[in-house]
Amino acid sequence: MAKLNMVEAINLALREEMGKDNRVVVLGEDVGREGGVFRVTDGLQEKFGTDRVVDTPLAESGIVGTALGMALYGFRPVAEIQFDGFLYPCLDQITNHIGRMRNRSRGRFICPLVIRVPYGGGIHAPEHHSESPEAILAHTPGIKVVIPSTPYEAKGLLLASIREPDPVLFLEPKRIYRAIREEVPEGDYTIPIGKARMVQEGKDITIVAWGAMVREALNAAEELKGDKIDVEIIDLRTISPIDVDAIVNSIRKTGRGVIVHEAPKTCGLGAEIIALINEKAFFSLQAPIDRVTGFDIPVPLLKSEHYYLPNLKRIVTAVKKVMNF
Amino acid sequence: MSLFEDYHPLKGKMFQILKPEGTLQRNLHPPFSDQDTFNLYQKMLFIRLADQRALMLQRQGRMGTYAPIWGQEACQVGSASVLQKGDWVFPAFRELGAALMMGIPLKTVFLYWMGNEEGSRAPEGINVLPVSIPVGTHPLHAVGVGWAAKLKGDPIVTMAYFGDGATSKGDFHEAMNFAGVFKTPTIFFCQNNQFAISVPRKIQTASQTIAQKAIAYGMDGIQVDGNDLFAVFAATKEAAEKARTGRGSTLIEGVTYRFGPHTTADDPTKYRKDEEIETWKPLDPMVRLKLYLEEKGLWNDEIEQRLTEEAQKEIDQVVKDAEAVPVPEVEDIFKYVYAEMTPQLKEQMEYLKGSL
Repeated sequence: MAKLNMVEAINLALREEMGKDNRVVVLGEDVGREGGVFRVTDGLQEKFGTDRVVDTPLAESGIVGTALGMALYGFRPVAEIQFDGFLYPCLDQITNHIGRMRNRSRGRFICPLVIRVPYGGGIHAPEHHSESPEAILAHTPGIKVVIPSTPYEAKGLLLASIREPDPVLFLEPKRIYRAIREEVPEGDYTIPIGKARMVQEGKDITIVAWGAMVREALNAAEELKGDKIDVEIIDLRTISPIDVDAIVNSIRKTGRGVIVHEAPKTCGLGAEIIALINEKAFFSLQAPIDRVTGFDIPVPLLKSEHYYLPNLKRIVTAVKKVMNF
Repeated sequence: MSLFEDYHPLKGKMFQILKPEGTLQRNLHPPFSDQDTFNLYQKMLFIRLADQRALMLQRQGRMGTYAPIWGQEACQVGSASVLQKGDWVFPAFRELGAALMMGIPLKTVFLYWMGNEEGSRAPEGINVLPVSIPVGTHPLHAVGVGWAAKLKGDPIVTMAYFGDGATSKGDFHEAMNFAGVFKTPTIFFCQNNQFAISVPRKIQTASQTIAQKAIAYGMDGIQVDGNDLFAVFAATKEAAEKARTGRGSTLIEGVTYRFGPHTTADDPTKYRKDEEIETWKPLDPMVRLKLYLEEKGLWNDEIEQRLTEEAQKEIDQVVKDAEAVPVPEVEDIFKYVYAEMTPQLKEQMEYLKGSL
């Protein structure tokens, strides 16, 4: 079995699905000839032609607005928005149309489509290239929001997203695009949307993370072994809808938790997760849940980016604080 | 020469066949028979009466905010009657006329404005999207559907209706640009009714005409007298034939006038004078058609009275039927958000049921 990184795994998923289902089309800026600025769509235009892998004009709202139209007509568009910071012009289309087409028309018109967005910081990118607009999306009815954390996960989740009857925002943590290599099988497999993954079991404390933060959590857990702290890690995979049961079951077991996300703290997903735990597992808690997050500031430029991103040290500190409560 | 060459936007000519006095421009002819003219006039009459009824229902508290079509009947009846089954319509929110022409029942339209989402469900086989309230965002969808159809080789037309205000939006530019690049079978029908709520057309754009904007996108554009049913139909027909035969998109600017308020929530006396409205009254799309038909001996007061009474009876029944539709069930506000309700929605729905 080939060992692939996340870029290659997503490329493989697209390649296989496009080969199988001619309703699938890829559209976006530089996705064709160039194969995407991260090479995620590398070679797809050569294989499937310019009608199915389309270099569009440079217009993000145009990309997702026309993708919606294509989906209405029975296509399965996979649109790429080149960087997280360029997703904002699409929010009008996403919130006002894509997320509510099914509901508004009482199911008469639907728009199953995928919007892929390389997201998050950690690659020393220019301004507007390191954003985590995940909470805005999770707050938006009618769409699902999926964030893979490894190459294997990325392939299975993307295949599931393309086949999903509802629109999916597929956020790809660009920081781990090439940082992890693992075995990714050829051929079909899907990972269900809305179900979290138990990354590792532990008895003392639960870390809930997703995307690039799962790797940070794993590193922290490894270090915490030295302190005899046995960490359970849950990779949320889908931040909308959240797998509440997975979180609650884990907290009932460990009684303690830390949530790690790269997005700003205020109104971040962490706040929602803590509220859910309060609603459903309050009496299992032995300590207040803590959060390790980005800050309520624009993501700093590359010289200061390391201040912003949650890291091993901050996670370890938070876990110890909760353990010693 | 084709119509679009004859009336190239830079020539500064507006396409008109039927003059406001009810006579034809020299050397120009109606695009259809007198019988069709009669039938379409009758539709326009029905639409105007239905529109008036909606306004009345709103004033009586029996309907929510409503955006009247009054004055724009020729734009919508003329353009939509070109379309065929299988074509797609993307309305803004003032398209009562286009919706009815495409076969959407009046009851459905009324249900929407009465506040029931069932009013956004087009019957199977009729491709009319729900109204698009965020101005100018929906022409992109028309381009997307047209693009998909083109890739499949289906000879359909996608029609986006919007107003002069929408042409200021970024999404309008993106839609026109995509349509130009991918040569989609799209008709961009701008009903230039002179106002975006209170802001007049001249503040909306420094372009001399809206039709001129087409040039920059590499597509045909034409300014038509939007109060002339014949000209609207003829221009739309040519644009539709072009679209069906793979020759790309067209921007049609229908010059018209909104006689009523933007919506029932608006007070037009704040931003325009009665004298201005009076100057447009003789240009009313109904007036000239009636004169034309009367001249032909096809219309008179007796016919008008009879058809008006018939229409009112039909509308009475529609209002009755629409008002008899019960308030939606609790499930209805949850069950269409996703293909399958998420656990969160199920929980929230149960909570709501328990709290009623």
